Amino acid sequence: MENKRRLFFLMTPPSIWLLVFFMAPLLIMVLYTFKESTFGSFLPFTWENYEQFAQTPSFFRLLLDSSWLALLTAALSILLAFPVAYYLVFYTGARRITLLTLLILPAWTSFLLRVLAWKVILGSNGLLNQGLIGLGLIQEGVPLLLYSKAAVLITLVYVWIPFAALPLFAAMERIDPRLHEAAQDLGASPGQTFWRVTLPLTMPGIASGFFFVFIPTLGEWVTPSLVGGVDGIMYGNLIQDQFARALNWPLGALLSMVLLVLVATFSYIFNKFIPITEVPVST
Amino acid sequence: MKRQTGKWIGLVYYIALLIFLQLPILLLIIFSFNDSVLLVFPLKGFTLEWYRQLLSATELLNAAKNSLIIGLVSSIVATGLGTMAAIAIARYKFPGRELFLNMSTLPLVIPYVVLGVALLILFQALGIGLSIWTIMIGHTIVNIPYVMLIVAARLSGFANNLEEAAMDLGATYWGTLMRVTLPISAPALVAAFLSSFTLSFDEFSLAFFLAGTQNTLPVYLYSQLRFPNRLPLAITTAAVVILISLGILLISEWLRRIGADRALKAES
Repeated sequence: MENKRRLFFLMTPPSIWLLVFFMAPLLIMVLYTFKESTFGSFLPFTWENYEQFAQTPSFFRLLLDSSWLALLTAALSILLAFPVAYYLVFYTGARRITLLTLLILPAWTSFLLRVLAWKVILGSNGLLNQGLIGLGLIQEGVPLLLYSKAAVLITLVYVWIPFAALPLFAAMERIDPRLHEAAQDLGASPGQTFWRVTLPLTMPGIASGFFFVFIPTLGEWVTPSLVGGVDGIMYGNLIQDQFARALNWPLGALLSMVLLVLVATFSYIFNKFIPITEVPVST
Repeated sequence: MKRQTGKWIGLVYYIALLIFLQLPILLLIIFSFNDSVLLVFPLKGFTLEWYRQLLSATELLNAAKNSLIIGLVSSIVATGLGTMAAIAIARYKFPGRELFLNMSTLPLVIPYVVLGVALLILFQALGIGLSIWTIMIGHTIVNIPYVMLIVAARLSGFANNLEEAAMDLGATYWGTLMRVTLPISAPALVAAFLSSFTLSFDEFSLAFFLAGTQNTLPVYLYSQLRFPNRLPLAITTAAVVILISLGILLISEWLRRIGADRALKAES
């Protein structure tokens, strides 16, 4: 009885806050997908937005494109971060935390500013072009890279490498070094040890690194709006556009709901393999 | 012999990646001192002009002030609510626990653009005008799960016996909560607060949808990026923000070390 009262006291405020400002908005968003226009009443319900969504192949194509870009971003971030995590864990001894901190320091500076830095580097008057002119490789500044899919990819990979490195580092640190010795004592070559001991044991880190890059990238719209140009837009820009410019909130709500369902599905599948929300009870 | 080679390759790669990650930020800082509107090499000369302009840019300072208020208030609310939930989750088994965990950690994976427009729709439906308070509410939603996981992890590291001992010795439940449970979680509370504040201060995507006429610093910066002649001032702001966040990082690391030292002493 006592416990119930305490629990009630502890759980009520956070539950109400989350219900009102998190669950309710999502539900109202779903209702909005049946609305005829941004302003005006909810009734009568209409399937118009759903029809428009189904009849606009570019929506679906952009969703596919963005998923592919997110996949590529996640894979590249992990690929680039992997060797450095490996080096830090297995070669640097006690200094590894300091070296890791130096590496992930950029992650603490503003996301927007890191994207801005790449806008400066990739622009047609940007540093990359100047460098290429300096080397005599090209004659004049061309917007080679800015405002393209490649620019979005480079910038996102740059932004995410530190976040991909962390779970890899953590997973490798948990590997018992004696396992390596055992493998070598049993006659495994360094290559075999890597493929059959280190890599399988790092898999949880790879999976969570992949997840934590892939999911936020899928919903990205800020990076493409700054460095992507017309070619580089992502699905998120479509949503942002409906609310900020086109003022078609019902369609925006539908686009947004589709993204939510996609992300929820991915998270559900992922959570089956690596639970992020498991908190043990210690009573 | 082979291991030695691996070590060198690793070191070279580490340095290359370090340069790749740090150089763009370093460039921003260098250009904030450059005496030119254009962000191109060669550098024109050293100037503090942009920093001087920064001090008189009222719009920008206002945005910074708003970000500070939103960061502080939303972190306090998120830390409070998240800690309550964390205590309940780490100390009790109850029906709906799993459901609550799933619901409250969903903001960790939900795209900010989705949460942003959903909240925008809610506020519009309720007839609530956009202001710094609507941004603040958005930031609490994304911060509560972080706080909850950080504090719950700390609490599950401690068995319940300290709290039981206090109650056996006659302390009330609420007294125990205030004088045992919360002090145990103090380092986690500080860490949770700082991580909430950092996230809120830097957050752009939610703030973009939920800002009325009062900008936050990231929203203001974003609006400036379209004008090339305002880039130097944006970059100077960037440099200042980078230096301040480095400062906060160093302080929190220092606090963490003090906490760790104390824990060591308490153990021995």
